Amino acid sequence: MPPRSPPARSRAAKRPPTRLTPPSKGRRVYMVAGGVTKFAKAHPEMDFRLMVKRAYDAALRDVPNLTKDRIDGTRISYFSDHFSRQLKAASMVQDYLGLNPKGSVRIEWGGATGGECFQAAYEAVASGRMDVCLGAGYETMSRVATWKGNEFIALASDTNFDFPLGGFYTGYYALMVVRHIYEYLRLGRFAHVKDEREAQRLAIAEGSRIMSMVSVKNHLNALHNPYAQYPKRLTVADVLASEMISYPLTREQICTMSDGAAAVILCDEARAKEFSDRPILVTGVGTGTDTMRLADRPFGKVPLMPRETSSDYTDLPYPGIHSFRAGRSAGLEAYKMAGITDPNRELDFIELHDAYASSEIQTYEDLGLCKYGEGYSFVERGDPFLKGVDYGFPTPKAGAIPVNPSGGLIACGHPVGATGLMQGVFAYWQLQERIPKHFGDAALQLPSPKRGAIHSHAGTGSAVTVSILERGYR
Amino acid sequence: MSAQVPVKTHFREVQEELDRSGRAIFRDKDGNESLVIRFPYSIQYIHSYAEDSPFFLGLADGKLKGSRCTKKGCRFAYATPRGHCMVCGSATEWVDLPLSGKVHSWTTCHFGSEAFLKETPYNLAMVEFEGFGSLLLVRLKDAIEPELYVGMPVEARFNPDPKYLVTDVWFVPKR
Repeated sequence: MPPRSPPARSRAAKRPPTRLTPPSKGRRVYMVAGGVTKFAKAHPEMDFRLMVKRAYDAALRDVPNLTKDRIDGTRISYFSDHFSRQLKAASMVQDYLGLNPKGSVRIEWGGATGGECFQAAYEAVASGRMDVCLGAGYETMSRVATWKGNEFIALASDTNFDFPLGGFYTGYYALMVVRHIYEYLRLGRFAHVKDEREAQRLAIAEGSRIMSMVSVKNHLNALHNPYAQYPKRLTVADVLASEMISYPLTREQICTMSDGAAAVILCDEARAKEFSDRPILVTGVGTGTDTMRLADRPFGKVPLMPRETSSDYTDLPYPGIHSFRAGRSAGLEAYKMAGITDPNRELDFIELHDAYASSEIQTYEDLGLCKYGEGYSFVERGDPFLKGVDYGFPTPKAGAIPVNPSGGLIACGHPVGATGLMQGVFAYWQLQERIPKHFGDAALQLPSPKRGAIHSHAGTGSAVTVSILERGYR
Repeated sequence: MSAQVPVKTHFREVQEELDRSGRAIFRDKDGNESLVIRFPYSIQYIHSYAEDSPFFLGLADGKLKGSRCTKKGCRFAYATPRGHCMVCGSATEWVDLPLSGKVHSWTTCHFGSEAFLKETPYNLAMVEFEGFGSLLLVRLKDAIEPELYVGMPVEARFNPDPKYLVTDVWFVPKR
């Protein structure tokens, strides 16, 4: 077995992070409404303003007592001015919704734009600045050809050192998963194979097979979600045989470009009781960041989840390029605030930012659903799958903690500025047990879920948000 | 009424019509008609490498430059240079990187951004260097997918006709 070869560790990376001030919970914040448009390859019949209007109107239909004059202000998100071909587009959304002169600000945080928008709306209410805040977001990615769109997205990587090499996010995630596979499959279940290249080939084949199971899960779940862009029944063989995009990631393991919008309405406790018979309480918010360049990620120690010990990771250079330190940081902060010590047992589901099947597996570990290194076994055991669904392979522990019951980004689509809000809306409907009403199909409704998480993730894990939602009524 | 603008009912046909005539009407399933046009947009930036400049000038001289923290007790060494240390915040100094290292991770891109599609397939590799605490992202040439592996020894090659881009250096398998 080859030695692990991390570059020299930094001295400071060994020190635990310090927080100067404890997180303040502020006022209790509830979600009382949510709406989404169907995510699609293209909506040429709607510009961004009309798309957000449709999502906003859908949200308002949930809360007949909540009239426009009760909204104190907004947080509006979209990722890219390049895609919009309109700077200050959030102002035009505010304008079109007829919400001037209320306060508003545009939120942008790469792929985590929607998740940040959700938390910005949360903060507006928690701080007492607003009693009712609308969070709304969109992306119109069909306005350029797919490979031009990839170029725009890659401009969210270092334009001195990274972009000119090929400017391709799928390439960056492929680099990360090749190392993840090396750390945990090559040095794990293929540790006994003497020939180095053969061992790595076997490990990548194994990792690819397991990533394909995630793709099958998310596409299949989405068959029952009318808002999803790419619902379909696939086999592991189909996923593996789909076009190679950046080795080892194939087309069906990657989300696509989308047009879409989503909206949420958050408010304080008094108004939640006035507006909704089934308000959902936001009990935790967390964020994390990491270096923009993958090349700069440190090789330090793992920040531990409550049920982990340092002896679990004696020889793991962390995060390197194999894991998302921002995701762990966001999870730790959100769990602490929500009082969660065992996420696997205390969460009933997660809507997780699966821009790539690989990053879904990496994120199971970041969020402490399993230990680092156990993500592949976690999939094979079936924990993140829905119970009672035939995925075409055994999923003995299905239902343990369903991940992306909606179909996730891979199947729903990823109109960046809307995505994190879409997750909020799907989580909201799950907790209200109103999936059957909104999807016209009860298949994806989990049995009496009490608490769920939404997870939004920006380029190569440079920023991540986690928010915890709980049933806020009896 | 809009006879001079072709009406299409599929988005792909709209895209094709734009390539032909620069305008199309998209009619959705409810009969709504949206006029779609092409809108060109290009920019020539005045891009300064600023504090990263010595790295790009070094490539033209066949040198790979990293940086090292100047603070005693830190001295963190960066394979991708940073003007200031991300650990302690002190200024860094320029140091030469070894011209060979090992593959920390790799991929072969079969697609890429529009600007790079014509170069596909190409390999990307993150390279680790003895004595340096961070990595460098590069193109890896003269090797194809089945030959690549984590730990592979590689060495630098430089463009004799520098373009002052990070692609002025690439790596090849070490002979």
